[in-house]
Amino acid sequence: MTDTARSTKGSIELLSFTVGGEDYSVDIMSVREIRSGTTATALPHAPDYVRGVINLRGNVLPILDLAVRLGLPHAPGADARHVIIVVDVGNRTVGLMVDAVSDILTAAQDDLQPPPDVGTGGGQGHVSALFVMNDRLYRVLDLGSVLPAIALDAA
Amino acid sequence: MMEMRASFFVECEELLEALQDGLATLEAGEEDNETVNVVFRAVHSIKGGAGAFALHDLVRFAHRFETMLDELRSGVLSVEPGLVRLSFSCADVLADLVRAARDGTEPPFERIDQTMEALDEMIAGEGEEEVTSADFQPVGLSFDFDLGGDAGGAGDSAPPVGHVITFRPAAALYASGNEPRFILKALAALGPVRVKVLTDDLPTLDSLEPEASLIAWRVHLDADVSEAAVREVFEFVEGLCDLVIERPGDAGDAAAPGTTPALPGTHPVTKATWGLPPAPVPTASAAPAPQPTRPAASGPAASGRPAEPAPPARASAAEKSADKSADKGGDKGASAAVEAKGTIRVDIDRIDRLVNLVGELVINQAMLAESVQDAGLTGHPNVESGLNEFMQLTRDIQESVMLIRAQPIKSLFQRMGRIVREASSMVGKEVHLRTEGEATEVDKTVIERLADPLTHMIRNAVDHGIERPDGRIASGKSRTGEIRLTAMHRSGRVLIEVSDDGAGINRPKVLAKAIERGLIDADAQLTDSDIDNLLFLPGFSTADTVSDLSGRGVGMDVVRSSIQALGGRVTIQSEPGKGTNFSISLPLTLAVLDGMVVRVAGQTLVVPLSVIEETMSLTSEGLASLGSESQVLRVRQGVVPLYDLGVELNYRDPLDTYVGRIALLVTLEDGRSVAIAVDKIEDQRQVVIKGLHSSYGRIPGIAAATILGNGQIALILDIGDLVSRARGVTRLRDTLSLAG
Repeated sequence: MTDTARSTKGSIELLSFTVGGEDYSVDIMSVREIRSGTTATALPHAPDYVRGVINLRGNVLPILDLAVRLGLPHAPGADARHVIIVVDVGNRTVGLMVDAVSDILTAAQDDLQPPPDVGTGGGQGHVSALFVMNDRLYRVLDLGSVLPAIALDAA
Repeated sequence: MMEMRASFFVECEELLEALQDGLATLEAGEEDNETVNVVFRAVHSIKGGAGAFALHDLVRFAHRFETMLDELRSGVLSVEPGLVRLSFSCADVLADLVRAARDGTEPPFERIDQTMEALDEMIAGEGEEEVTSADFQPVGLSFDFDLGGDAGGAGDSAPPVGHVITFRPAAALYASGNEPRFILKALAALGPVRVKVLTDDLPTLDSLEPEASLIAWRVHLDADVSEAAVREVFEFVEGLCDLVIERPGDAGDAAAPGTTPALPGTHPVTKATWGLPPAPVPTASAAPAPQPTRPAASGPAASGRPAEPAPPARASAAEKSADKSADKGGDKGASAAVEAKGTIRVDIDRIDRLVNLVGELVINQAMLAESVQDAGLTGHPNVESGLNEFMQLTRDIQESVMLIRAQPIKSLFQRMGRIVREASSMVGKEVHLRTEGEATEVDKTVIERLADPLTHMIRNAVDHGIERPDGRIASGKSRTGEIRLTAMHRSGRVLIEVSDDGAGINRPKVLAKAIERGLIDADAQLTDSDIDNLLFLPGFSTADTVSDLSGRGVGMDVVRSSIQALGGRVTIQSEPGKGTNFSISLPLTLAVLDGMVVRVAGQTLVVPLSVIEETMSLTSEGLASLGSESQVLRVRQGVVPLYDLGVELNYRDPLDTYVGRIALLVTLEDGRSVAIAVDKIEDQRQVVIKGLHSSYGRIPGIAAATILGNGQIALILDIGDLVSRARGVTRLRDTLSLAG
């Protein structure tokens, strides 16, 4: 983050949620809606983190199991009561299955830090920034990096 | 402006279609005067529109084409095969130009120039016979500045040549997007012109209305063209301007007694107003000057009010336009383009939205029916009958909506006419295309996506099917080959056939080629139909020499896969010496599908009903093992391989036994039969197809998705794809330990 970027951008609103027991967030501008989980129809030959597809008001919505995608353990009982965050990424719409949605946070751009380079931990590549708020560490999910893999895997 | 442009191109497509129709009528020798007129009008309208959008290449070509058609119309040229051929290629070039202009691509200039030359030859060749009166020296062309009186002198000596056109646009002309610039240019295209700006309507600056149309032009056109030709330049602005067309001599005479009062007298006035060469300015005369524009400014009224004090030519213009409107049943020229069929143009997105909504309705209706059942209300007569009515209505609405998307296949067939013309001239064969069932209606998307495979098949037919003229004569056929393109509805599907009366498939050659390419074993025993079907194998091409036309490596396999992608099938029949027939069977629409809803491994899936031959329960007698990893099903006399749908889709491992499960007998495109094992058949119903590609991507073995009555998504299988992949997979990793 350069000085100019810091001075021109003000703050950013983020939707925070827990997945695999960790705190994550996404830019609220990409969130379309939040819905309770329904049974997804499994897709054959799909990568393990693709839960399947659900019917979102007549549209076919692919559901990604974010915990699996990020290499995190499932929170106990998460299967029974998970939440789906519907996000727009580019011209595609997908549902991210998470454990729970927590809050809407306003973070100053200055508070966002790039993730430190720490080897090849699972899911590290999907975090675009970190910030601390109320003594909790939130990761900002890099939606673009979560998604394109779908197209590749499915091709 | 963009919208107007878009609608111009839509209109162009319609006009091009009308043009093709007209030419086909001419070709068939069934023409009358009206046919030529229709053709002429189509070209002319394209030219007019193109002029408004400054598409100069298009205007230039359309104009030349129009000139030829005009000579045809006036009887200078006559309908003969050469002219019809030329007209067809002109129509093709015109279509190219329209599309190039629309897409912003480079038009095929070389071809345009060639066609232009041919047109010039055609026009010039006939022209010589009738130059007699047209060609003499420009007499009386010397009125350089004003018509005043000197024009009259010129008019005495010889019949005057050319026209003097006084053109006063009304404000409505500008408002409707027309531009005098193009009109004047179009006039200039008719012959040498001298244009004079008439500024006599201009008031003094203090009373100037910027929005008013105050500038007029007088054009001296020194060419011996008919008044009608001149008038046509103004066809699109008829009623939007004051137009006077006179012979040079008349103009002089007319001007003198003051029938066109504004012109000579007030001329110097305006000059002075604008500070140009000084002249005495009676300001008072500027006031009445705008009058001539006023009636015109009030719109089409000008042409509809012949009582207006007008010079003779103008009165005749009014009559003419009145005649024109009268015979079209409308009251104004402007309505002419709209009526005819009683159709409206709707943005395709709106229709697609409607189609989607109706899809929702169908799903909703199924959900409601399910809820009613769950609530235990099924016995209730009112609920029951209400629900049935709802279902019926839903189905009716759905069918009607699908009909909106349906279009006659004609436009596609017309494009094929061009393919035949081009392809046959390229390989030096004589081929005639006969089309039938052009009115057959097919889903718009199907039509669009059928263009490529059909083009390929037609080219193949010309290149490989039809023999050369001498060859045909030698085998006792007519010199000209025939390709028949037919479309019809048959049992809920569309059947399209491409047949030629050529040599038929050369089976020994096909066989030899297939062996040479290693596509089949040298000692394979194949039936005639098996051999014919070899054409569909990837990478198969029989052309001895790779021609420009076909044989470029993409072959019938691409044709087949694109037709399959549309949910269609293609079959081939051939008789040596008599010809080859390809028949394509397509679903009526891509939006709904009749499917069988099945359960396997806890998942609900939909199998297109069209591929299922029969269903049966699996018994221990019917099943037999084959090797350690697979098993087969005995069906009457034959044996078919058995695939477990759950295994193929990675839903489960092979079962211990398949006894008691259900097998769907499926016929594949290549004629093979296979059995697909599922757990249970749930239902048979119409499902709304939802694409997966845009949201997720392609999934092997899956064609699309649909939404069931309970709101859940079910996948629709692509059995052909599934089995073609399964052939590799089952042997490798599936271990069907079976009872059998």
